[in-house]
Amino acid sequence: MLDIRGLSKSFGGVKATDNVSLDFADGSLTAVIGPNGAGKSTFFNLITGALRPDSGEVLLDGVDLAGKSPPDIVRHGIGRAFQVASIFPSLTVQETMLAAVCADQRRSTVLHRRFPLAETRDRAEHAMELLGLANKRHRTAATLSHGDQKLLDIALALVLDPKVLLLDEPTAGMGTEERWRMIDKVRELWEAQKITVVFIEHDMDIVFKIAPRIVVLCYGRILATGTPDAIRRNEAVIEAYLGTEEHAEAVT
Amino acid sequence: MTELQAGRASETLGAPSIETRSFRSRYRDILIALVAFAVLAALPFFFGSKALLDFVIRCSAFGLFATSLNLLVGYTGMISFGHGMFFGLGAYGFGLLMQRTAVPIPVAFVATLAITAVFAAIIGAICVRLKEIYFAFVTLAFQMLIHSTILTWASLTGGDQGLRGGIPRPVFFGIDLANHVHLYITSCALLVLGLLLMRQIAQSPFGYTLRVIRDNARRASFIGIDVWRAKLTIFVLAALFASTGGMVMALFVSGAYPEFAYWTISGEGIFINMLGGVTTFLGPMVGTVLLLILNDTVTRYTEYHGIVLGAVILFFAIGLRKGLMDYVLEWYTQRRDGPGERG
Ligand SMILES: Nc1ncnc2c1ncn2[C@@H]1O[C@H](COP(=O)(O)OP(=O)(O)OP(=O)(O)O)[C@@H](O)[C@H]1O
Ligand SMILES: [Mg+2]
Repeated sequence: MLDIRGLSKSFGGVKATDNVSLDFADGSLTAVIGPNGAGKSTFFNLITGALRPDSGEVLLDGVDLAGKSPPDIVRHGIGRAFQVASIFPSLTVQETMLAAVCADQRRSTVLHRRFPLAETRDRAEHAMELLGLANKRHRTAATLSHGDQKLLDIALALVLDPKVLLLDEPTAGMGTEERWRMIDKVRELWEAQKITVVFIEHDMDIVFKIAPRIVVLCYGRILATGTPDAIRRNEAVIEAYLGTEEHAEAVT
Repeated sequence: MTELQAGRASETLGAPSIETRSFRSRYRDILIALVAFAVLAALPFFFGSKALLDFVIRCSAFGLFATSLNLLVGYTGMISFGHGMFFGLGAYGFGLLMQRTAVPIPVAFVATLAITAVFAAIIGAICVRLKEIYFAFVTLAFQMLIHSTILTWASLTGGDQGLRGGIPRPVFFGIDLANHVHLYITSCALLVLGLLLMRQIAQSPFGYTLRVIRDNARRASFIGIDVWRAKLTIFVLAALFASTGGMVMALFVSGAYPEFAYWTISGEGIFINMLGGVTTFLGPMVGTVLLLILNDTVTRYTEYHGIVLGAVILFFAIGLRKGLMDYVLEWYTQRRDGPGERG
């Protein structure tokens, strides 16, 4: 279980994450929503070690990971994909996967053998198939379409066999149809892999349809958590989303 | 599903497995190295010209240096402006050990590598955390520091006169480095062995870790790579090969001079990499040969060789925006119409 307790982070005067406590049960699927600048990405950055929290705990199965380095946290089983696809432009899809498995197996510093290592192949293959990238294995990452780059970014997290997968706007920059295809993929992965998935999403239709549980962030705080039905009826959420900035401020 | 299975079947049938491919690539490299060495070693029997052998020895020294710089620049994306300090360190370390102690040459060789490793580890620990331009500047600063230390510590280094009086070359394993052909063959052996080892580094899992870091260091850390450690490791490894180049140079001129540790050596290394290109393993080697030929011919015909060399650099840097081998690779890839070997 991923258990977040009292997580806070300020940038100057801005409280980007303000005393956030949440838990994510094993195998759960959760959507995080909130207006631009609500602190969604910051929340992920704090969990994954990209940012050091000012205070709070990030407990994965009881082990506090707060303030540890990204490689450390990844090794504990929290993988992530980025809002803007973060990939290795000059490597092919297959090389990317093989190099990631290599790193996960602590073989990234091996000097006396040749890349790729045979023992990394099956996992790399599996991840490419899961994300439908197998037939593009020899394509250089930079030449992939935007959607495929996002998939590769997710594959890069998934290939490490994480317990928890954090997806920062997997559908960012996509058209409606492509969005649905992507989110179906995410749901399919969640069902197949039985891992904990948390994703950030702006499209309300998608969120309400897909996520069994929704967390609403606003000005760094949790505005509400609950099932789609509960969130849809939540006064504060309606106000934050339908009201003006002042309304939203009054709520928080 | 059927499509997938079909795809997999065709792969196992058509393409060789990862194991055989890895095995073959190493086998092929060793074969190429052996052939290259055989050809170089046979040269003195066909051409008596001392100038030609001298040229190859200089190519060995600078080729080792420039290729090692490419491990940093091309493979890892670390633009060092101070890599020449390890060339200088190799030349002075080896020269001093041979002049001041009575150790055999192989011992001095290994000891110089050990000294270089210590220096590189300390300097690297300070530098590799820095972002691009700061890394470049601070490595340059260390180069200056080592250069001025050599100049001022005259009692040890001979100051601006350099290490004079020649480097003693006691015979070892029947190899007499005072003999020009022996020196030539030894230089070639060091070059070929050095290139083979660097090639192994470049094609190892670690070599791909370097590419991953070059492409996107932030993402690298999120797949569990310790970026700082990997950068420090390659910084030290590259220094060892640069140092070997310096030792070859010291043997060649039978001494060591402050210019070997001056920043212009680093500049030449960068220049060679621009000439030859950094996207292929042998680019810097081609660049070395080009630069030395240019240097030799231009200095023969004009005293303004600096201007000519500058113009050539500008042509490659601004006109072509790549090195010669980058062009060859592009041409080859287009002809084959498939993904080529990239850096
Ligand atoms: N590294 C940083 N330095 C300073 N301020 C930051 C930094 N990262 C985020 N912020 C600020 O923190 C707040 C939350 O930003 P964050 O990126 O987490 O929002 P978000 O919810 O992901 O927004 P979006 O939907 O636009 O992606 C913003 O006001 C932002 O300007
Ligand atoms: Mg964001």
